[in-house]
Amino acid sequence: MAEPLLHVDNLGKRFGGFVALDGINLAVQPGERLGLIGPNGSGKSTLVNCMCGTLQNETGSVRFDGQIMDGLPANKRTHRGMARSFQLPRPFVTLSVAENLRIPLLFTAHSRGGRHLSKEETENRCHELAGLVGLAAKANKLPRDLTQVEMRKLELARAMAADPKLLIADEAMAGLSQSEVDEIVALLIKMNERGVTIIMIEHIMRAVMAFSQRLVVLVTGKKIADGPPQEVVGHPEVIGAYLGQ
Amino acid sequence: MRAFYFYVSSILVGGLFFAFARWLGNDYLFFAGYTVLQFVVLATAWNILGGYCGYVNFGSAAFFAMGAYSSVALHKLAAGVDRYFPESLVGFAKLILPLNIPTLIIFGGIVSGLVGLGTGYLTLRLRGAFFAIATLALAVVLQTLIVNWDFVGGSRGAYIIRPGEVPILGSYIQYLFLVMLVLAVVALAAARIIEQSRLGYGFATIRDDEMAAEACGVPTLKLKLIATTMSGALMGMAGAPFPYYIGYLEPSSAFGLAYAVNSIAMPMIGGTTSWVGPLVGALLLGIIQQIATVTISSAINLLIVGLLLVGFVIVAPKGIIGLVQDFMRERASDKGQPTWRSRLAIFANMRPGAR
Amino acid sequence: MSVELLINAIIAGLLLGGFYAAVTVGVSISFGILDIVNIAHPAFIILGSYIAYIVNQTLGVDPILTAIIVLPGFYALGMVVYQVYYQSFEKRGQDALRGLAFFFGLLFVTEVLLILVFGVDYRYVQAAYIEYTWHFGFMDIPFRMLIPCVMSLLMVGLLQLYLSRTFTGRAIMAVSQDQLALQLMAADPIKIKRTAFAISIATASLAGAFLIVIQPVEPSVGREYIGRVFAICVLGGLQSLPGTVIAAMLLGVVESLTATFSGPSWAPAVSFGFLLLTLAFRPAGLLGR
Repeated sequence: MAEPLLHVDNLGKRFGGFVALDGINLAVQPGERLGLIGPNGSGKSTLVNCMCGTLQNETGSVRFDGQIMDGLPANKRTHRGMARSFQLPRPFVTLSVAENLRIPLLFTAHSRGGRHLSKEETENRCHELAGLVGLAAKANKLPRDLTQVEMRKLELARAMAADPKLLIADEAMAGLSQSEVDEIVALLIKMNERGVTIIMIEHIMRAVMAFSQRLVVLVTGKKIADGPPQEVVGHPEVIGAYLGQ
Repeated sequence: MRAFYFYVSSILVGGLFFAFARWLGNDYLFFAGYTVLQFVVLATAWNILGGYCGYVNFGSAAFFAMGAYSSVALHKLAAGVDRYFPESLVGFAKLILPLNIPTLIIFGGIVSGLVGLGTGYLTLRLRGAFFAIATLALAVVLQTLIVNWDFVGGSRGAYIIRPGEVPILGSYIQYLFLVMLVLAVVALAAARIIEQSRLGYGFATIRDDEMAAEACGVPTLKLKLIATTMSGALMGMAGAPFPYYIGYLEPSSAFGLAYAVNSIAMPMIGGTTSWVGPLVGALLLGIIQQIATVTISSAINLLIVGLLLVGFVIVAPKGIIGLVQDFMRERASDKGQPTWRSRLAIFANMRPGAR
Repeated sequence: MSVELLINAIIAGLLLGGFYAAVTVGVSISFGILDIVNIAHPAFIILGSYIAYIVNQTLGVDPILTAIIVLPGFYALGMVVYQVYYQSFEKRGQDALRGLAFFFGLLFVTEVLLILVFGVDYRYVQAAYIEYTWHFGFMDIPFRMLIPCVMSLLMVGLLQLYLSRTFTGRAIMAVSQDQLALQLMAADPIKIKRTAFAISIATASLAGAFLIVIQPVEPSVGREYIGRVFAICVLGGLQSLPGTVIAAMLLGVVESLTATFSGPSWAPAVSFGFLLLTLAFRPAGLLGR
């Protein structure tokens, strides 16, 4: 097997006395589509935060693209090629849709590869990304003028603007209708086909099953299953802890 | 091209005022004009951190005072060259001291910039209200240090005797006015450049959502340090010539609450998203206060500032610029073609719809 | 450094700390529990001082008694301020920056108004106990410190009982932590917050009376207390009243020791320096994790 793109090794995190993550091991191969599921409070978001640098892990390590990430702030990890979307969309509310997309281009894609994007290239990329998620017509609108699903799309497009190797989509579909969920899944698969490795954290099982090539289950801060989706959802422990809820 | 218009028009306006005041032969106009311009610099400086990054600084007076006191310290040093320098250096010190105003401004800028950087480091992890309170605390700590520092006069204050000769034409106050005019243009230009640059976008993301900014690759801590340093340095530069303006500097006047309140009220009333806001606010409030001080009393003019601040944040949270923008947007949607107003808006680099 | 001086400084510090608890408790409620950054709180305290002063001068009523009588007035004032704050800022959503400027403006306006009406002279009150001092051997316990301290601890104690035992009190505590629980209690969060904020302003009436019993007051004295109250509030862990009392005592003692041994001109730096260091290194407070 090739060297994994992301290697999480024995990761641990606690808040006061509460153990949020307990010895998580996880390897993600380049180009993979991984689903990460678990009941509320199982530590999914904490795991995402520790991988992306929003929180710092206490034990274990995160290796990405052959480099140790521990101790690096979130912006450095984004520069190295890790991008994320937030569970609750967090657009820059005083900036237009196009400007929102411009931020990662200016601060991340810009400096990567030792070459700065010209003003024109930046604009073109902005339009391309807005078009990719179907927001071209709203490029000059403020986030408050967007619908729920458009907000989610903006969130994903902004993560993509950083030109990541790995995209972590944290519950990008919560609260959306069925057809909207299908739209987002299709979008994520499209991004994956462009060569981006994707970790999808999700509650909506239909989306998870449609998307994932592999499924990881977290329960109370521990990984209890890891394997092909069909196998994992049949796993008795998973049924007991998660689906049986 | 827009930058060109900016510089030409600002120099023209300042020059016209200067010529007008000279023609009237009234030095009071220069005194008043200096104060207004000083507030333009302070408001613009406050806005770099407060308006662009969303970090409220209650301690503007301290940065201003540090600039002023760095001048006092250098002045005292010059007065006692023989006492403070080893013999071998006395000749050299006499050569460079007393420093001229532009050098003092640069020095004051460096001192307050360093204080700003220190503030930034000390408050890196603080957000919102905690940052604001920390700046308030910092102001008092610095004031206490100055009060207890006898070299610069301590609580008694220090007299500053203006140099006899004036580098350029006219009286000393006219010279100070010109210096402050240049400084105001520099501050506004800096604010303008920031707004149009990557830095400005970075600041805006800090104001909107730091966590999202980090995720987009924005080095928020670094940018915050840049903002606190720049903002502090500009305030210090505004304060550096102050001892020469006022002649007698004491801690309670240099650290006066009026500076802190004005540098918040002016951008808030003018509008915080573009450099035009602090300029408009400073000109408006500055002139009102100059008039009120002469005609009524200085306590009343502070009351006016306070009431305007409270009134504006309640009624017009986007400030005067916001009100004008809303008005223009209505007009624009009526006609659908550019008007002189929308051109003005483009000139002022006001982002559509930005708060 | 003599032991007697040291012990007297510590006693004075503890008495001062008791008073600081009264000054801070309002901010612990508004800032700590409700997350409303009321930096104008010291201005309301000074307002309380001046009301106690006027009534004391004209009618000769005891300042602390006056403060208790005007409590409902301050409560109403608090309700009005909260209503304006809520309508203008909280309701419109995340605009903390302008909320801060609003309170800063209020602080400033109150101070300037007091200056316009009363001037910048120091004002003081008269009461029988102000001149009186207990002597135990070398220990001095001045009543002008003791009475405010005792009354202040009594007030904080009552508030603590109120917050932990009554329905409304518990709802107030829940406002900050658990909006869901609040809904389950069928309580209207806005009403609860308004009540809590009104109580916080009401405490300023008493704290103001204590202040003018302890020392003469002029309008800008309030500013010195901004640093103190927030230092104590943060140090005490924001929303815990017992934490507030402990932090207040600690700051009182440190300030008193500084004033005794290095001169009163350094005293302001103590509280504000304390605050800066706390914010920089221990934002969760002394008792926080």
